[in-house]
Amino acid sequence: MTTLRSDAAAVPSIDLDPYAPEHLVDRTAFLTAVRETAPLVHLGAHDVFATGRFDVVREVLANWQQFQVGAGVGLANFHTEVPWRPPATPTEADPPAHDAPRRVLTDVLGARTLRRLRETWQAEADELVDRVLAGGGEVDAMADLASAFPLKVFPDAVGLPPDRRDDLLAYGDLVFNAFGPRNALFERSAARLGELSGWITSLCARENLDPAGFGAQIWAASDREDITAEQAPLVVRSLLSAGIDTTVHGIAWILHAFATHPEEWDRLRAAPELARRAFDEAVRWASPLQVVFHTTAEPVELAGVRLGKHRKIMLLLGAANHDPRRWEDPGRFTLDRDPSGHLGFGMGLHQCVGQHVARMEAEVLLTALARRVRRLEPAAPPRRGVNNTLQVWETLPLRLTK
Amino acid sequence: MTGALRVVARCQVADDVLAVTLADPHGDRLPPWTPGAHLDLLLPTGLVRQYSLCGDRWDGHHYRIAVLRVIDGRGGSAWIHDHLREGDVLPFGGPRNHFPMAPSTRYLFVAGGIGITPLLPMIDQAVRSERPWRLLYGGRRRTSMAFLDRLEALGGQVEVAAQDEVGVPDVAAWLGAPDPGATVYGCGPAGLLDATAAACAQWRPQALRTERFVAEVQDRAEDHPFTVVLRRSGTRLRIDPGTSVLDGLRDAGVAVLTSCRQGTCGTCEVAVLDGLPDHRDSVLDAVDREAGDSMMVCVSRARTDSLTLDL
Ligand code: FES
Repeated sequence: MTTLRSDAAAVPSIDLDPYAPEHLVDRTAFLTAVRETAPLVHLGAHDVFATGRFDVVREVLANWQQFQVGAGVGLANFHTEVPWRPPATPTEADPPAHDAPRRVLTDVLGARTLRRLRETWQAEADELVDRVLAGGGEVDAMADLASAFPLKVFPDAVGLPPDRRDDLLAYGDLVFNAFGPRNALFERSAARLGELSGWITSLCARENLDPAGFGAQIWAASDREDITAEQAPLVVRSLLSAGIDTTVHGIAWILHAFATHPEEWDRLRAAPELARRAFDEAVRWASPLQVVFHTTAEPVELAGVRLGKHRKIMLLLGAANHDPRRWEDPGRFTLDRDPSGHLGFGMGLHQCVGQHVARMEAEVLLTALARRVRRLEPAAPPRRGVNNTLQVWETLPLRLTK
Repeated sequence: MTGALRVVARCQVADDVLAVTLADPHGDRLPPWTPGAHLDLLLPTGLVRQYSLCGDRWDGHHYRIAVLRVIDGRGGSAWIHDHLREGDVLPFGGPRNHFPMAPSTRYLFVAGGIGITPLLPMIDQAVRSERPWRLLYGGRRRTSMAFLDRLEALGGQVEVAAQDEVGVPDVAAWLGAPDPGATVYGCGPAGLLDATAAACAQWRPQALRTERFVAEVQDRAEDHPFTVVLRRSGTRLRIDPGTSVLDGLRDAGVAVLTSCRQGTCGTCEVAVLDGLPDHRDSVLDAVDREAGDSMMVCVSRARTDSLTLDL
């Protein structure tokens, strides 16, 4: 038996700060450095471990018993730090606390619900694309498609009022910045923290939710005592934190991917049933959710290294989704690839419970576009946004030609 | 072999009760489960039998079930007692949970005989969540009651009611007055559950959750070869035991998006246009399984000789 090396000194240390502005605009150098240096590295800047290897990330995600989320899925370690808001439920809950809220969400967002919504959402997507084309086809795809569509259909389905939809994005930006350090980005979005948190909390209250929506169904589960009345608003909140920004940016990335890969767009138009695969390939390729942290529950071995109890591990989903040990020509966006098994939605017990919702949103929008738009091309250079956790666009000027 | 479990240990835990420990044949991590969940085991006799998982979910590599020998004519449990050996490999479906545990301030567990099995992980969970709990465990005689040692080691909250010592347990007296902060979980024979329901008549309706023993038997349970017909191309594929529908589709160059490949995530769902799927996943609920109009191709198979898929 080999002796295990122990603690941070035993793994290569990397001197780069993942949250430095230059790495947030383009994470490639950081992700590559972590992934190619060793299966597990130590980041001196934040005293956390990090991995960008597909198999190591996958192992951590699959092993929910030893790698937990209850200490937060961001950089802050709730074993020693006080969270800025009540921990997300079920996202930041381990079994047993995780089970009941997760089950309720799985039921609410289940296949039958989606089948019921598909037609409405397809009609909404058709209408949106018609409207955009009627306006001449020159759009900021970030605002006019990638944001506009999810911000219409998903909050409608949750049962939220029609106003202030853009503030949902502002809240998401805040939440995902807050998974990082208290840097300038966090401070920037935190300027609205009190106001937005208060507003979100009020949206999650039973009396403010449409009785036909997901939110009301979550509350109904608390009437059945499947979850507690204290959990219900937090479970509703998880839809608003986790269900909007990731989808918006996922859709932005697939639009960007097609605009910059016209031959793939032609293939989609010829075979619109490829939309599903295309979206997952975009999620693999761009990994809108870049980073998730898990925490060791007890001393545990990972990649041949003995880690102590309550140590944070930064899982670089974007690096794993480009790990050449798993993916051939990983930097290439192509519909030839089977992206199955990518880690963009996570994996295992905590895998994104809304992944099928996100897929359907993307699928109906792509279908609507593929039916009507012959050419999809950049109209001006797009501008990257920055977020501590997400890979985002700020603007995405596209020209759509019928 | 896809979707199968290997017997790694068998052990007599009470008169007529055999505990069986199962693992993935390749040593992989098994699909996760929650207390109250059961497995469908496909026995070589052509029967499907459901067994509650009674092991430790913090062990991600093993499942444990406990099988009571029942003289029921079909002989599923008798076959396990008499013929199942270490190293045997059995196809399975699930885990699925029709008896999930919800958060509560206090838990009251009522078990009759082998009905203790789904409650064991619930008790573990109550302990882990630091919730007060009590157990009333009825059985014919002490030697027929599985896991007594383990339960009694947990402390004084366990009342063992062996019929040959104390007669039929008085559930109503044990439960006491309606407790607005408690939830009652019961599993066991109909008589005990009826008594429990009667005793809970004055409790709030959500307070009582029970699982009755069911003998869900499918006509056709073995992994037989079948044909998959693809609607769009008319292609016909033969799926042999030991290959999944997904493998067959891949070999034929038909890509289906997957993620977990364990029947737990729902990514590989495909619409079924004709034929009856043999559901082995953990995703679809009873209504969807019954409807039979979609399946998870990574694990599920066919009950009919052919399945037509919307591909
Ligand atoms: S791939 Fe997850 S259910 Fe089939």
